[in-house]
Amino acid sequence: MATIELINVEKKFGPSYAVKPMNMTIHSGEFVVLLGPSGCGKTTTLRMISGLEAVTDGQILFDGKDVTWLHPSDRDIAFVFQFFALYSHMTARENIAFPLQAQGEPRDSIRKRVEEVAKMLRIEHLMNARPGGLSGGDQQRVALARALVRRPAAFLMDEPLGALDAEFRESMRAEIKRLHIEQNATTVYVTHDQIEAMAMGDRVVVMSAAVVQQNGTPAEVYHDPANLFVAKFIGSPGMNLIQGHYADGRVALPGDNRYDVPADWHTTIHEAIGRDGDIILGFRPEAAHISASGPIATTVYTTDLHGSYTMLHLEIDRDTIVDVRAGRGTNYPIGTPARFDLDPAMVRFFDPKTEMAIRKGGNP
Amino acid sequence: MATRASAPSAPVTISTRVDKVGLRPKVTRAIRAFVVVILTVLILLPVVWMVMTSLKSPSDVVAVPPKIIFEPSIESFIFLVTERVQFPTRQEADEFRARDDLKWYEKKVAERGQKITRVGDFPKQLRNSFIIAGTSTIFSVLFGVLSAYAFSRFKIPGEGDLLFFILSTRMLPPVAVTIPIFLMYRELGLDNTYFGLILLYTTFNLSFSVWLLKGFIDEIPKEYEEAALVDGYTRLQAFRKVVLPQAVTGIAATTVFCFIFAWNEYAFAAMLTSDATRTAPPSIPSIQGVGRIEWETIAAASLVFLLPVVIVTFALRKHLLRGVTFGAIRKG
Repeated sequence: MATIELINVEKKFGPSYAVKPMNMTIHSGEFVVLLGPSGCGKTTTLRMISGLEAVTDGQILFDGKDVTWLHPSDRDIAFVFQFFALYSHMTARENIAFPLQAQGEPRDSIRKRVEEVAKMLRIEHLMNARPGGLSGGDQQRVALARALVRRPAAFLMDEPLGALDAEFRESMRAEIKRLHIEQNATTVYVTHDQIEAMAMGDRVVVMSAAVVQQNGTPAEVYHDPANLFVAKFIGSPGMNLIQGHYADGRVALPGDNRYDVPADWHTTIHEAIGRDGDIILGFRPEAAHISASGPIATTVYTTDLHGSYTMLHLEIDRDTIVDVRAGRGTNYPIGTPARFDLDPAMVRFFDPKTEMAIRKGGNP
Repeated sequence: MATRASAPSAPVTISTRVDKVGLRPKVTRAIRAFVVVILTVLILLPVVWMVMTSLKSPSDVVAVPPKIIFEPSIESFIFLVTERVQFPTRQEADEFRARDDLKWYEKKVAERGQKITRVGDFPKQLRNSFIIAGTSTIFSVLFGVLSAYAFSRFKIPGEGDLLFFILSTRMLPPVAVTIPIFLMYRELGLDNTYFGLILLYTTFNLSFSVWLLKGFIDEIPKEYEEAALVDGYTRLQAFRKVVLPQAVTGIAATTVFCFIFAWNEYAFAAMLTSDATRTAPPSIPSIQGVGRIEWETIAAASLVFLLPVVIVTFALRKHLLRGVTFGAIRKG
């Protein structure tokens, strides 16, 4: 399994950047998810790693070896496409055997290996079917088998679950993760679905506007977003972000609310924006809890039940609505007043001028 | 029709689409069926007439009123493949008929007072047609596929202009350039050669095949080749193993259209070929009868000429329907 390094890799289409110069190391056996909205450059990055798209500048190394200008077939990678790209004129078996035939392997060993992979993906019974007759999930299993069969140095997957029904997506997600663990294969996985990214990745690389916004573990990008984009993009709903004004350990929030900043934040904030300045207070819906003595007063705007919990949408003032998670035991009629407090360990602050997170110990 | 708020009623369980029920749609459908029947009859009538004529005896062919029911005869086909002379006198003809070493077809001809001198020109002309139409079709489709693939997949500078340029060869009636081409071909020594006509038909067909095939190849997602590229195949292998099988429908449709054009072409063939390379189309109307115009022979020639196109079209019909409606249907 290979370590993949991108060094100042960039891609320009004409004058505009599809991917601005980026540096990234994907360690051997790691599952890295490239996450971002459509058009952010994540697929282009993946295609540059595969060699299907040429870089305009920079270097790509596999295990320290420069592969920047190597033909895709010489990179020893497997690519899984969103729309499977199964050959409709071949049976599932022929599709899976196809990459091995390119290497001119003897027939017997091809057959053995194909059977092995089919068993691993539990598709032995579909081997003689043509892709057109298979369900979306089974088609993707065949596509995965085709990728696995060659034991490549790395798997590149471009939204492999994007074309599947919700029902298949859940189970395939688990299957891919399991396969990754069994094969210990370096995997780069592109998706726009942040839930998928969080669930599957050892590491999540959040991209937007051709730039890497944050590169960290799922927990890091969730709890410590590097900037406002990541804070909003990750999570469903995203992080609550309230414009406020900081002065002397307190944030003045809309609707005459005041929030006492936990003492361990003071120095950090002073260093970032001074003793007096605009600030954005951020917190996840589960960091807030309804409490009669809470410092922030709101009225219930609407509520929705999510089965195990209720999501409250609370109006602080006309322009500011925050999402707060509450137990499903209590009913909050629309228009009733509600106060909430924040878990001091889970509040975050952002600088509205730079849109970057204010972090204890500075930005890495 | 007046619209009125309707009262609640039982749920509707049958189709109530306005185009499915009601008097007007029914009348429309009837008219449509009627028009289709009339059209079919109009289109098929000459073909039926041709088949009938080819099976008539010389006297039935010119009978007035035309005979619908007649005794079928295959004389016309014997006439088609033979060169004959008329016996100058009745007596000579009768003597010839009386001989007992005659083959069945010689007997048939002898009944008309004629003698077969040699094999006719038509079989050779048909063979010429096969060679020229077949070869030019192969070239048109082969070059068409290659250049359509290049246009579809690679960034080619001035791609739009080039495609327009290719199409522009179709923008004037070919007959308009017959004289210049005739002169050029004479200078180059290409007249009356197989190669000359093959080159000409390939040139005419190429613009058509490039455009048609580009449409088909555009519809094949490029992920198919990319998957093959990643799996260790070269671009050429990917083209052969992945793109070509997916483009079979388009290739079949293009083949039929190119073949029909090259097979049927009349004007250039009439002008650029003579004895050795003459193709079937210009020779059919010039079939010389013996002592009269042999309509049944001309009909037989047309029928034989028609068969290859019918066979090719029939063999590829599965692909054709999608071929002629391509672009309108998206692959599922």
